Amino acid sequence: MSVSIEHYLILSAILFVVGAYGVIARKNLIIVLMSLELMLNSANLAFVAFSKALGDMTGHVFMIMSITVAAAEVAVGLALLVSVYSHRETLDIDVLKILKG
Amino acid sequence: METVVFYVFAALALAGALLVISFKNPVSSALSLVLTLFSTAVLFVLLLAHFIAVIQILVYAGAIMVLFLFTVMFLNLKPEALKFESKHLHFKVSALLAVLFLVGYFASLGFKKGLLLSNIGASNMDGFGTVEGVGTTLFTDYLLPFELTSILILVAIIGVVVIAKKRAN
Repeated sequence: MSVSIEHYLILSAILFVVGAYGVIARKNLIIVLMSLELMLNSANLAFVAFSKALGDMTGHVFMIMSITVAAAEVAVGLALLVSVYSHRETLDIDVLKILKG
Repeated sequence: METVVFYVFAALALAGALLVISFKNPVSSALSLVLTLFSTAVLFVLLLAHFIAVIQILVYAGAIMVLFLFTVMFLNLKPEALKFESKHLHFKVSALLAVLFLVGYFASLGFKKGLLLSNIGASNMDGFGTVEGVGTTLFTDYLLPFELTSILILVAIIGVVVIAKKRAN
């Protein structure tokens, strides 16, 4: 029995859940950013799995776009993190709520 | 053979993901994330996406993880700066349940689509996922999005420099 697309989709959904849980439940800003990377990575897995199932390479192109967005997001996010840490001396997202309405 | 490789690396990816969200130390989390990204790269090879697998290792496990580790070490976090995790178990459980229900709903939608797709035999698989195949698709059908990506990178570079530079006052 070979591995079908559903296996990849289920794995992708599980990885997405784990990443989303990390974004919601963790308080450390660095780990929240890493969990975001996990979610993006699971979406990439779904893209490539659908690409194989359809025999169409559009999914690969979107995966490259998604990696680019992830790289830009990490660069900006980490720059903000360094800036915030030098001002506030903390990475606790419960303390950093100056924008809360 | 393919099934064994899939299950081994799916388990490794899942273990890495669980370790990312459970470690207190960001350096340990970052190294667990590398495990997940490498295992996903192996799964990409199983899906005949060889070029994507190489890109995954070079960009994700190489560039992005180095950026993470560099930042963590640059900040030089004291141990007491990491001791602020929420102790509320009920909050964690409710967060997990909310995420599970939401994603389970969307996953079931995708699962129906996937069941339909698994019956379609792929038409022509020669050149699928190679540098040549991906490059041809990227530079013919998706040339404009590819060029716009460079603008995104440029904006990110300028933004990072502006954010990270020292203020005058």
